[in-house]
Amino acid sequence: MKKKMFSVIVSAAMAVSMVCALPAMADTVKIGVYEPASGDNGAGGKQETLGMQYANSIRPTVEIGGVTYDVELDIVDNESNNDKAVSAASKLVTDGVSVVLGSYGSGVSIAGGQTFQDAGIPAIGVTCTNPQVTLAYPVYYRICFLDNFQGAVLANYAAENYENKVAYVLTKQGDDYSAGLGYYFTQAYEALGGEVVTGAFPEGNSDFTSYLTSAKNAGASVIFAPTSIEAAQLIIEQSAAQGIGLPLLAGDTWDSNMVLAAAEGKDVDILITTFYQEGGNAEFDEGVKAFINGDATNLANNGGNDMVAAVTAMGYDAYNVALAAMQAAGSTAPADILAALPGVVVEDAVSGKIQFDENGDAVRNSAFVKTANTETGTWDFVAETSISE
Amino acid sequence: MDWLSRNLPYLLAGISVGGQYALIAIGYTMVYGILRLINFAHGDIFMVAGLMMVYASASMPMYLSIPLVIIVTVLIGFMVERVAYKPLRQAPRMSVMISAIGVSYLLQNLALYITGGLAQQYPHIPWISDQVTVLGASTKRVTVITPFLTVILVVLLVLLIKKTKIGMAMRAASKDFETSQLMGIKINSVISMTFIIGSFLAAVGSLLFFSNYTSVTPTVGTLPGLKAFVAAVFGGIGSIPGALVGAFIIGICENLVMLLNQYVSFDISNFKDAFAFALLIIILFFKPTGLFGEKQTDKV
Amino acid sequence: MKKTRDAVISVILIAVLLGTLRFMELHISPQSQWAMLLTVLKKGSIYALVAVSMNLLNGFTGLFSLGQAGFMMIGAYTYGILTIPAAQRANVYMYYQGGIVQFALPSIVGIVLGGAAAAIFAFLIGIPVLRLKSDYLAIATLGFAEIMKVVFMWDSLGPLTNGSNMLRGYPTFTTILYPFIVSGVCIAIIVMLINSTYGRAFKAIRDDEIAAEAMGINLAHHKRIAFTVSSFFAGISGALLAMYQTNVQAKSYNSAMTYEILLIVVIGGIGSVTGSVISSFLFIACSEWVLRFLDETHVIGGFTVPLMRSGFRKVVFSVIIMVIVLFFRQGIMGTREFSISGILDRLTGKSKKKSKGGDSNA
Repeated sequence: MKKKMFSVIVSAAMAVSMVCALPAMADTVKIGVYEPASGDNGAGGKQETLGMQYANSIRPTVEIGGVTYDVELDIVDNESNNDKAVSAASKLVTDGVSVVLGSYGSGVSIAGGQTFQDAGIPAIGVTCTNPQVTLAYPVYYRICFLDNFQGAVLANYAAENYENKVAYVLTKQGDDYSAGLGYYFTQAYEALGGEVVTGAFPEGNSDFTSYLTSAKNAGASVIFAPTSIEAAQLIIEQSAAQGIGLPLLAGDTWDSNMVLAAAEGKDVDILITTFYQEGGNAEFDEGVKAFINGDATNLANNGGNDMVAAVTAMGYDAYNVALAAMQAAGSTAPADILAALPGVVVEDAVSGKIQFDENGDAVRNSAFVKTANTETGTWDFVAETSISE
Repeated sequence: MDWLSRNLPYLLAGISVGGQYALIAIGYTMVYGILRLINFAHGDIFMVAGLMMVYASASMPMYLSIPLVIIVTVLIGFMVERVAYKPLRQAPRMSVMISAIGVSYLLQNLALYITGGLAQQYPHIPWISDQVTVLGASTKRVTVITPFLTVILVVLLVLLIKKTKIGMAMRAASKDFETSQLMGIKINSVISMTFIIGSFLAAVGSLLFFSNYTSVTPTVGTLPGLKAFVAAVFGGIGSIPGALVGAFIIGICENLVMLLNQYVSFDISNFKDAFAFALLIIILFFKPTGLFGEKQTDKV
Repeated sequence: MKKTRDAVISVILIAVLLGTLRFMELHISPQSQWAMLLTVLKKGSIYALVAVSMNLLNGFTGLFSLGQAGFMMIGAYTYGILTIPAAQRANVYMYYQGGIVQFALPSIVGIVLGGAAAAIFAFLIGIPVLRLKSDYLAIATLGFAEIMKVVFMWDSLGPLTNGSNMLRGYPTFTTILYPFIVSGVCIAIIVMLINSTYGRAFKAIRDDEIAAEAMGINLAHHKRIAFTVSSFFAGISGALLAMYQTNVQAKSYNSAMTYEILLIVVIGGIGSVTGSVISSFLFIACSEWVLRFLDETHVIGGFTVPLMRSGFRKVVFSVIIMVIVLFFRQGIMGTREFSISGILDRLTGKSKKKSKGGDSNA
């Protein structure tokens, strides 16, 4: 009896696996998704990956040089950790991906860059805003603005809107994004005649009350905190509990529904710069919302509701840039794609037209400024700013 | 007065966080006192308690979820000892410690797997999480009640150890493990009791800690755990009053670094965590077994 | 007679090993799954060195130290700071106007100086710390490692250490033979030390401090030597790790890294050099390569295999560790050594009471 059952199961399994094996006959091209799914930047990384998955779901194939390829996303978790990121990058290389997308968080992009560089695989940074990413590695391109631009925008905003020109800059130790943006903000703010007091918190820190008190005691009129979402939640919560009452300024990382959830119903004033404002492209918003709501895992990865994060839009654009590069190259070989990337122009990207300059950075000179509406739990549009340097 | 109201928040935060460290540190110090084991998994038990609260409060009212979380945490502490430490009772000390590191890995990775790597928001506990004003400084009520609650719990614990039979057994076991066994003390139940008390206090500590710092991640227990352990060693490991005093000193001092930071020309705020270690090394240099530690004598 | 035979066999085996590695490196395409094996071997050889250096302290001298990651960090930073090409510095030290060091040393000099810097630090730290006993020593060394980490990240030291930002752009190894040869030579030196009179004194201290002192062994002196030598090699492995990772950042050299190395040492067997080496390779292979499939969702004919999703690999990995710790408490090798001559003797029928030493590179 048992034997019979066993043979039935085995033959069934064999039949199933043969059926499964069939569709694999078609040509596939692999796109590596180099994003954090855990660690400090896990939340942001997941939202960015969602954008790529959504793009993949509506454009699952691509025609390159007359052949239709299935596009397969090869997703690895770089754990927001510069140490583990190198292994994740090697994994993508050994999987034979044609092009890499990511990462959220500049540190891991810089850490993994050398691996992609050595393998000659082009990488398209999505929201890694630190200038070093593309400066250090010729294979690295990116579709977002840079921290020196973002820092200047925020510094200008702070200098114009808050009378007392003292800012408290709170950065995370060992986080290249945080340190970089803090640095550029400080440079710009001091050039505008402001004064900066700094604070740095170590990894794993939960207690921000003493930093917030220091900001208050320093006579700051604004706190600039370029940190991860995780730290943002703690800073907002404790700022409200301590009754600090200073406006919180931050960069693109804070553009997340999880930050809004932490701020909802609290007496805090949050202002951020970002890449995309929900409502910027109705068709995209609608599609991605349906995609998020259609699957419980997607919904959980987006923080439990269907608000569109800017990084999701950026992930979507990055996917389309990758496909455009392959089409322009007429090949799926990494070297060909790399050669074609400088000439790629995507006109209809949801975050605005994308093309690269000679460093491999996107030509972008505007950012959206948003503020958190703590009553409705949404982002309110403040301005679209650009500065000429 | 102005100086006081400006700097009171540092002191308040220090006392509050010191109380939370104390509750964790007692778990370390009691286990070490009896088993001579650095229970590296203790900080992760603390994290697990926080995580369970997040999930429990989502599906049941607060008055049910708080006791439930405490009970389950105690059970987990008990189970960890039975599964991971008890089989190694005769093994070299290093093996047990590695087992503790293994448990710590397992708990962290399980938490990572279950949460999917996303930070979980700790629920708002009525009354405890409410906002109050102390001498002009605004803070959460938990900050104010933590030190009192900690001291009350420690007094109860000391009474338990001094007055009850199990307490006497604990003292005997920590004095001399082998002899106490020969005297008919059921060593396994004494050890289990130690872990139960330690986990209970860690669960209470997590309740207070996360009400203040409301984000639970898989590695959130590491740093408070390490600092609590430092506090326990600082106070003289094995001594409960030592752990209490050590924890408050460490908690206050790390906030004093931030206070000092206002008066020096360069930024020293990043030394906040390292300061605990510096303090520990200094005290060990003068008193090699900590503040209240018993002198070690080498028997030949 | 026997010694020459063993020496010849060892040389042949080392040559075969290096030859095989080179062959694999040349013939495995970087796009194949087996390329991960090379990654594992590279990282494994580096971890082998640091594990052996920790074993020298914990296993052979009985000094329970948890400062290994800190000494690795010093080695890694020294290497990075001294070898970044001058042309790259403006780019790396972006926020500090190119930093204060404006020269670059050859790679191998950087590695040796990395070890030396760690050794000097260890010597200085050892003066107060080595007076402490057992767990107090452990927590004090761990504390020093944490303090060093923060000092290296301090913004005011930025022109030297690049603050908390990463160092990169320095020369890295181009062949897998590099870490193998450097680690191999270092491990051989450690084995020689263990087999010398110093080594015997270390073991005497481990077994009974008071008896050792009564036998005329200078405790403080020997402890200091063990601590400094161990840190020297930890520094070298730190420099190698920096080369492997292509970047250095202080925050990754944390207590979790020390625990990882301690796990490797204990799984390999406390007091066994070959055990540490073997377990390094196994540990790295499991954590980086073999178990990765567990993180991916597998769909077999419309049926999704349950539990398998991102993070599952780590859960399985920690369960494996727990099983090893609980059921193989002596570790893979216990205090024995894997030795070629011992195996040969057994094969040729000659009995030998106790196998010892032998080929540490195998």
